[in-house]
Amino acid sequence: MSGTNPNIRWLEEPKLGLSGRMYLPLFVQGLTTTFKHLVGPKVTLSFPEERPQIGNPLIYRGVHRLNKDGTGRVKCVACFLCATACPAHCIDIVAAESPWPDREKYPESFTIDELRCIFCGMCEEACPVDAIELTSLLDLTGRSREEMIFDKEKLLSVYDMTIDAEPMKSTALGGTL
Amino acid sequence: MTFETIITLIKIFLLLGGLMTAAAYLVLVERWMAAWVQDRKGPNRVGIPLTKIKLFGLGQPLADGLKFIFKEDFAPKHVDKALFRIAPIVILTAAIAIFAAIPFGSVLPPLEIEGVPDPIPLLVTPNLDVGMVYVFALSSIAVYGVILGGWSSNNKYSFLGALRSSAQLISYEIPLGLGLIGVVLFAGTLRLDAIISQQADSGVWNVFLQPLGFFVFAVAATAEAARLPFDLPEAEQELIGGYHTEYSGMMLLLFLIAEFLHMITAAFLIVILFFGGWHFWGLTGAGDEVTWFTAIARIVVLAVKILLVVLTFMLVRWTWPRFRFDQLMAMAWKVMVPLGLVNLIVMAVLVEYQQDLADIVGAESLWPLILISWIVTIGAWIIAGLYAPLSTDNTPRPMSMPFDAETELN
Repeated sequence: MSGTNPNIRWLEEPKLGLSGRMYLPLFVQGLTTTFKHLVGPKVTLSFPEERPQIGNPLIYRGVHRLNKDGTGRVKCVACFLCATACPAHCIDIVAAESPWPDREKYPESFTIDELRCIFCGMCEEACPVDAIELTSLLDLTGRSREEMIFDKEKLLSVYDMTIDAEPMKSTALGGTL
Repeated sequence: MTFETIITLIKIFLLLGGLMTAAAYLVLVERWMAAWVQDRKGPNRVGIPLTKIKLFGLGQPLADGLKFIFKEDFAPKHVDKALFRIAPIVILTAAIAIFAAIPFGSVLPPLEIEGVPDPIPLLVTPNLDVGMVYVFALSSIAVYGVILGGWSSNNKYSFLGALRSSAQLISYEIPLGLGLIGVVLFAGTLRLDAIISQQADSGVWNVFLQPLGFFVFAVAATAEAARLPFDLPEAEQELIGGYHTEYSGMMLLLFLIAEFLHMITAAFLIVILFFGGWHFWGLTGAGDEVTWFTAIARIVVLAVKILLVVLTFMLVRWTWPRFRFDQLMAMAWKVMVPLGLVNLIVMAVLVEYQQDLADIVGAESLWPLILISWIVTIGAWIIAGLYAPLSTDNTPRPMSMPFDAETELN
């Protein structure tokens, strides 16, 4: 890159006026701005006591849940699409023959390692039966690594916890039930 | 042990306790200011230990202190152990020793206890005739701590940081001295308490009398205390730390306390030299005849003024971006030193011909002096603004383009 390249247009910043060159007016102006912020409204949220307002819970990507169908069975058909789509390889499914007549397979165990999950939402996108969804639960904490590996029961319990506040997206979007 | 010794010891303990508490709590205040300026709330969780009482986060310094105590005091293998340990001690000792000569109040009223001399001056070393020189000498010892810390760390980044900081500290000693000589000339004494008394007697604070000196001194004091926008000794984000990169735990804390003490010293000096110390019109009186009310009021006034100056320092921190190093040096040598010299010359002339001036005007009034001083200040300011880079512009110019790649490579 050359300083004399005709394709480069050098922009000159505007010249300082007299008050600018006297420095003090600008200094006072800056101090006034800083001072306004000192007494102005604060934007901090004291998190555990105050909950953040999530704009749209339907598109928020928080903790996973496994949806249940109308009769309380897990909707998952153990097709492995979510596990395949997962870039972090955090979904582990063991499939078994389904005891129910309306589908061939069901997940005998379904675990998500929440420590590895990057909450990209691809599992949700990949699922053909809308069985896995991301909720708006954002405070995912645990006291041990084992506690952060969510099994099928825990994921189903997340469904029970959140279904009232966040209805299944598939019904709103015209998907399968 | 005489009463004099006991009183001195009490004063030392009061001063040390006060200073250490102040340093700890000013860290909290600084964090609050930082948060508020950035529209956050700041530390407000830690309260009384082992309870759930939050108390606006006032327990935070306690938690910070505990954390520092339990941190490992780690010295890397490659450092010069002895110098490495001496550096923070030097810098902190110098920073604390300055306060021996700084009055933290006026005098106490007569106590009327057998054997106690009165009045008791609230100053560890009363009647120290070279107070100003002492303060100035000790404040320049900080450079030794900086150099020792950087050199003994045996690390090129620390060493460069130390050189950078010492260049800055030494450069700003000069405008600091020039700003202060005006006050000393006018008061005719080097004693800090006498300088306050002189301002209290006339009722005119030096800031009104010599605004130029105040400006030069305040800027230089900010730089000496390594506060933003002059915090190149630290510059934690972009200059790879400074002279204390290798320090951790308690030894780093010593450096940090010393930096806060420098800020308190700077605030003390600005208030004492230019804002009348404990004097406030119609509240604290002027002479040495004090009641308990005036004695306490003087301490409170002094403390409030110092707190205001410190808060201004903290506000300035979030107002200005940091100077680049060449800008910093240009500021010191091209702007501050000339302005300080102008102030020095004007004050010298005014003090020399004060009597003649008073004879012409016909009264022992300070108004003509103030008038002349302000005219000179505004004139010098305008000249500096028009002809010297008070605003240090760093736009790249086509002239200073590094090189033309095509011609250079061929």
